[in-house]
Amino acid sequence: MNKPIRTISIFCLVLFLALLVNATYLQYWRAGALNDDVRNRRAINESFSAERGAIVVGRNSAIAKSVPSDDEYKFQRTYPKPFLYAPVTGWFSYFSQTGIERTQNDILSGQDEQLFVTRLIDLVSNKPTKGGNVLLTLDPDAQQAAYDGLSALGPGTQGSVVALDPSTGAVLAMVSLPTYDPNDMASHDFGAVARTYEKLNEDPAEPLVNRAIQTRLPPGSTFKVVTAAAAIEAGLYDADSQVPGGVTYQLPLTSGETGLIDNEGRSCGANNTKIPFTQAMEQSCNTTFAQLAEEVGAEDMLKTAEAFGFNRGYLDDLFPQVESVFPDGLDDAQLGQTGFGQFEVAATPLQMAMVAAGLANGGTVMKPYLVDEQQSADLDVLSKTDPEELSQAVSSTTAREVTKLMVATVDDGTASPGAIDGISVAGKTGTAQSGIDAVPPYAWFISFAPADNPEVAVAVMIQKADIPRGEIAGGVYGGPIAKAVMEAVIR
Amino acid sequence: MAGQKSAQKSAQKSAQKSAQNNSSLMGFVHRRRRGAELFLLVLALAVGIGAYAAVGLGVEGEVPTDLLGYGGWLAALVIGAHVVIRVVAPYADPVLLPLVAALNGLGLAVIHRLDLAAEAVGRKHDYAQQQLIWMTLGVILFVVTLVAIRDHRVLQRFTYTSALAAILLLLLPMVPGIGKAVYGARIWIQVGPFSFQPGEVAKVLLVIAFAGYLVLHRDALALAGRRVLFVDLPRGRDLGPILVMWLVSLGILVFQRDLGSSLMFFGIFLIMLYVATERPGWLVVGGMLFVGGALAAYALFGHVRERFQIWLNPFDFYGEGTSEKAFQPVEAMFGMGWGGMIGRGFGDGDPFRVPFANSDFIIAAIGEELGLTAVMAVIMMYGLIVERALRTALICRDGFGKLLATGLGSVIALQVFVVIGGVTGLIPLTGLTTPFLSYGGSSLIANWVIVALLLRISDQARRPVPQLSDDTAAIDSDATQVVKAIR
Repeated sequence: MNKPIRTISIFCLVLFLALLVNATYLQYWRAGALNDDVRNRRAINESFSAERGAIVVGRNSAIAKSVPSDDEYKFQRTYPKPFLYAPVTGWFSYFSQTGIERTQNDILSGQDEQLFVTRLIDLVSNKPTKGGNVLLTLDPDAQQAAYDGLSALGPGTQGSVVALDPSTGAVLAMVSLPTYDPNDMASHDFGAVARTYEKLNEDPAEPLVNRAIQTRLPPGSTFKVVTAAAAIEAGLYDADSQVPGGVTYQLPLTSGETGLIDNEGRSCGANNTKIPFTQAMEQSCNTTFAQLAEEVGAEDMLKTAEAFGFNRGYLDDLFPQVESVFPDGLDDAQLGQTGFGQFEVAATPLQMAMVAAGLANGGTVMKPYLVDEQQSADLDVLSKTDPEELSQAVSSTTAREVTKLMVATVDDGTASPGAIDGISVAGKTGTAQSGIDAVPPYAWFISFAPADNPEVAVAVMIQKADIPRGEIAGGVYGGPIAKAVMEAVIR
Repeated sequence: MAGQKSAQKSAQKSAQKSAQNNSSLMGFVHRRRRGAELFLLVLALAVGIGAYAAVGLGVEGEVPTDLLGYGGWLAALVIGAHVVIRVVAPYADPVLLPLVAALNGLGLAVIHRLDLAAEAVGRKHDYAQQQLIWMTLGVILFVVTLVAIRDHRVLQRFTYTSALAAILLLLLPMVPGIGKAVYGARIWIQVGPFSFQPGEVAKVLLVIAFAGYLVLHRDALALAGRRVLFVDLPRGRDLGPILVMWLVSLGILVFQRDLGSSLMFFGIFLIMLYVATERPGWLVVGGMLFVGGALAAYALFGHVRERFQIWLNPFDFYGEGTSEKAFQPVEAMFGMGWGGMIGRGFGDGDPFRVPFANSDFIIAAIGEELGLTAVMAVIMMYGLIVERALRTALICRDGFGKLLATGLGSVIALQVFVVIGGVTGLIPLTGLTTPFLSYGGSSLIANWVIVALLLRISDQARRPVPQLSDDTAAIDSDATQVVKAIR
């Protein structure tokens, strides 16, 4: 019987070899793919249990950090100033990440290639991987001023404030209301997290939308600075020129009420007369800017708007964002309306801040950014963001002329609430029709200061607030907010 | 005592001497190697106790306070078994006991680790403690087997008794009142607080019955038959036993929904039939019956079909929006992948994510926390157990012993292949315990008895041929007359 026993031995050998080969395949060759499977809770748990780096603003103020917790996940993500920074930090939950938590996840979790050496040392010394820190460009004072100003409009306020450093593109403030508490999303009580998310996601006020980059609305009269820049860049005028005025203006290709533009009673001269350019800007004369847009032409209007950042994306540090829109293929009537920021023109608050910043920076628009520096857990600098030029929107001469018009608007015109004692401020108000009767108009305000050597450019957008419809005007409500933000940066 | 020992030694010496006088074929005499066994046992205890300490360090951050008591108990059990072997089976294979001691110790540590994980979420588990009690019972039965059965050939007398007992045991779970179905498989009986898997004991009895039957009927099964296409096929009338066994296997599959046992019983019978008759024709017949049975089962039974589908595309049955029927195997695969080459270490993985990680899926827990290295070591240890069993079969002098050793070795080999292959996705998943590792009293006790039987056979096989009288030696030393064969 020995021959069949030997055969059976070989058979058993084959069985055990098959087990060995299959185990090797599973635990060595296939392990990577299995670990990367999105349904693999082990991988999710590990990243959720790691000591994540901090998100820092100012010198050393963490707005998101991991603190030890005594449950199975070892660390609890906390946000010390949740409502103030939620639109920027986003959240880090068991199920998802948003905002900086998402875009900087590799650094924060310690998985980034730049942290390879650190990770190797941790592995050898048997220490758990610790994530790196992310330093943001946000100025805590400016952020607080923007948040306080916007919140002061009432509990139902929807709106956004963005402040930029004109010379670098660094985002100094980014506020969006209504906001939410990311601590609720980072909770280890996953049932509560799911309920919180459902509630926030279904809220009609859309608290999860970062209005600074995800809401685009007609910019209204604040867009007039773009029209003015286009007209001056085209060589048609300078700040001291006379421009067409009028009580009313009938758009080309139209007749009667629908195509008839007025200035809601502001002083813009008689029909078919000329008025100073400064007066047209100070009084925000729709009749003037409709005619200027037509004189510039659809092509150059589009070119100028795109040079300021319309119709393209530019912020890499947050996701998702919408592009601001300046329409193509306009007829003359539509072109006239774009001259004062109506028709299909739509801009995000960040975009209008970039318009102000571009003019403040001699016509050069800088690419906006939020992440200033990436650090290892031991505070070694891994990378620092170099400011980058997005485009040369207009010449420095044009920028200077438009600045003159905007300073006049703050000193003697509709933008006077943005004025700061002893500092020359350039600004422009806007009140954009929503186009729907039930929806009140949107109030805008853009400005920068000091006008001769700008340190900060601001855009304020109030989508909805508990204020009487008749009183909605960019200057009255947006001006003081912009002023407070500018003061916070300059002082 | 000393006198006894020296007497024993001198007996051994004279046996060796006389063996040397024997023909060259019988010239090789096995040494007892009990010292080697003791040394290997120390290593095995280091594995078991070391793993227990590592679980404490990894999960709770400190060496378990009961390490001395636990280690002492474990040591007492295996050293006790070793001493009994020294006395009643001094020539037994020296590698088997250390192998099963190491596997049992490792299994205890892993079960303890899973107990701690369950306690961490507030569920009181003391499976490790119970398993240690089962192991103690197993070792006691191991000793009883070795002491009671001084010659394995006495078992041949119980051929039909064993067969009857095995069939009764297999039928027990079908008896209303004491039988109970667990997750679809009706393989348990429960009397009061005690539950038991009679199939585990039945497999030992069946191997004894097969060996006894086949050693008697091997000539009839082997010699009669006709040749079809280079293969000697057996006679129709000899097909009876294999058909009966095939039907029993199918019966287990149909009525108890136990795919694993069904596969194993049929496989063992086929292997033993082939070894007894030395005719590959039986393998052809058996293989065709297996394929036919498998196809019929696939066509007729939804749960067989489902198992097959889950095996082919486990990820279609995992995750939100699916039936989650592959939750267990996919979590096991994730766990083993997560463990990688060297594992996460005790306490740093999530082996408790796999349902029944301490029984059928214990190899996944080992793979996750101890890595591919440990999985390979465990598979190699099983391979060595099978190798020792088959080696015993080779050197055994009697047909019954050969068949018994082959059968018992094949039980381990098939069971390990079916369960580890199922967990790692090599073959469709069927429910079987991993010998010596998995939590479960019936399985552990049955496997300790299997090892006792293997040691008993190997003791017989390795023992020097007894000297009947000095005359034979004289005859043997006579010059042999060469007779030329006439052809």
